[in-house]
Amino acid sequence: MQAKLKVSRYDPETMGQGQQRWDEFELDVHPNATVLDALIQIREEVDGTLALRCACRASICGSCGMRVNGDAKLVCKSRIADVGEEGATIVVEPMGNQAVIKDLVVTLDTFFDKVRQVDPYLQPDSEPEQGEYVASDESMVNLLTAMNCIMCGACVSDCTVLEVDEAFIGPAALAKAWRFVEDPRDDQRDARLEELNDVEGGIWDCTRCFKCVEVCPKDVAPMDRIMEMRDMAIEAGNTNTSGYRHTESFNKSVKKHGRLDEARLAVESAGYTNVPRLIDLAEIGVKSVLKGKMPPIVPHKADEKEKITRIFEKVESERGS
Amino acid sequence: MKFAFYPGCVARGAGPELFDSAVAVMEKLGIEWVELTGASCTGAGVLQEKDQKLGDILNIRTLAMAEQLGLPVMTICSTCQGVMAQADRRIRRDADYLEEINGYLAEEGLSYSGNTTVKHLLWVLVEDIGVETLKKTFVKELSGVNLAPFYGCYIVRPSDALGFDENPERQTSLETVIEAVGGNVIDFPGKTACCGFPILLINQRNSLRMVANHTGTASELGADAMVTPCPLCHLNLDGYQPKARRQNKRGKADLPIIHLPQLLGLAMGIDSKTLGLGKHLVNTRDIVRKVDSISVAS
Repeated sequence: MQAKLKVSRYDPETMGQGQQRWDEFELDVHPNATVLDALIQIREEVDGTLALRCACRASICGSCGMRVNGDAKLVCKSRIADVGEEGATIVVEPMGNQAVIKDLVVTLDTFFDKVRQVDPYLQPDSEPEQGEYVASDESMVNLLTAMNCIMCGACVSDCTVLEVDEAFIGPAALAKAWRFVEDPRDDQRDARLEELNDVEGGIWDCTRCFKCVEVCPKDVAPMDRIMEMRDMAIEAGNTNTSGYRHTESFNKSVKKHGRLDEARLAVESAGYTNVPRLIDLAEIGVKSVLKGKMPPIVPHKADEKEKITRIFEKVESERGS
Repeated sequence: MKFAFYPGCVARGAGPELFDSAVAVMEKLGIEWVELTGASCTGAGVLQEKDQKLGDILNIRTLAMAEQLGLPVMTICSTCQGVMAQADRRIRRDADYLEEINGYLAEEGLSYSGNTTVKHLLWVLVEDIGVETLKKTFVKELSGVNLAPFYGCYIVRPSDALGFDENPERQTSLETVIEAVGGNVIDFPGKTACCGFPILLINQRNSLRMVANHTGTASELGADAMVTPCPLCHLNLDGYQPKARRQNKRGKADLPIIHLPQLLGLAMGIDSKTLGLGKHLVNTRDIVRKVDSISVAS
């Protein structure tokens, strides 16, 4: 089978940081070949200077994360026949949001700095009674999602928040944080949640864009873990964020009217005492009114809002809140 | 072709021009519709943060209402599309869960059995109407008009909830429609990224950086306008673009952001007032003039 690859190249000895060159290769590969097989074939048969990182070739080690046709993938897990139309050129680039060392190899320093930031180790209050901490299977099985993480960096590569804000802790490290928040042997749950709630780049900065869920090769679904921690942080009494006010206001609006009341959501998320933000909102509000598109002061309502309110009340009473 | 129409909160609230343009366009397309006025907000992923089951009950309720009418649901919001599709996927994978959810709906005489679908107008165009039939509703060819697509996250991810395996054309549907109206597709990597809207009220700096990046990149590539099937993206990309551009020093001028039905309406020869093109915060005058200067095909 013929394969066409367009590969991003960067040589730190001859090129400035951030520069890039494209090399194209045409190869005869096995019908079941992966993108990694093709890259290795290029390195061994065509251009020995091509730098790439790989080890297990079986999607266990997490070394070969790269962008293929724009999305982060493990190239050892990506069959050429599956990544695009037959005969189409496959574009291979280094992962995003991380500095390139050479060609397809990125530094993982920032990745691991962020993982370290969440104290990725158990912090029990006391020594175990019998030399080891015992946890039931039932209390641990829940953690398997996050424990499947092989730290390949695919989620970090394609995170839309990290693209604009280096301070964001990011999907991989937040999924790791969740793993310890949920671990029954850890005694720092509330402190961890408070920190993740308060710190710059914490749980409220995720946009819920699903990129990390989509690109993760191990179904860790970091975004889902972040959303769970938002709820846990609120349950633990962290109500000092605009993220909390946003969620509460949204809930209140749909519960009462069946629909979203955009104007009130904006004001309540800002907080009634946040004067600069309210002035900012007023500016947009006035402009919108002048264009004839501001939502009415009386929020729009669903015809059957009482039925919707009843569902909210039923679920809330079952939840005991 | 008839649908249970679910316009979503924004089309019925802060973005009335989307509703008006959609109604005008549906008439030209011969789409019959009945609005689900008793349906709730989908929760937009925000309610689901706090309580996924509650969100699923509300969305399955909406689907059950459509099922009772014997109609498929049509949305004009990428976020509504995605959130309802995710709820639908969860109940299809778990019969016990569906039964539990139906338990909450029994009191109002509703029950869902999975016999309806949720489709964004964008998908209806390429799947149910078809490009050739769609083209017959156009009176103008927007040749020389450069249009950047911007999908909105929830109509592209998570892909396994969106039927891409069975309907791969959905993944390029917006480009297909831009080509159908005769425009040039300005392709850029940000087209499937986040617009920043979900964190606008939480971290405005980051949100506006996203707005500036996407609109700035599309402008630099020569776009005359950006087209989106998502009214939430529109709120951010249109409403906050001037501020985003000032703060991030990107681009020379603001880029008009056009709702999908407005683009169709322009090609159908519907006047810009009916399409609500004067209701945007970024002025659409230049793109409207450009289209006005194109003569109607005889």
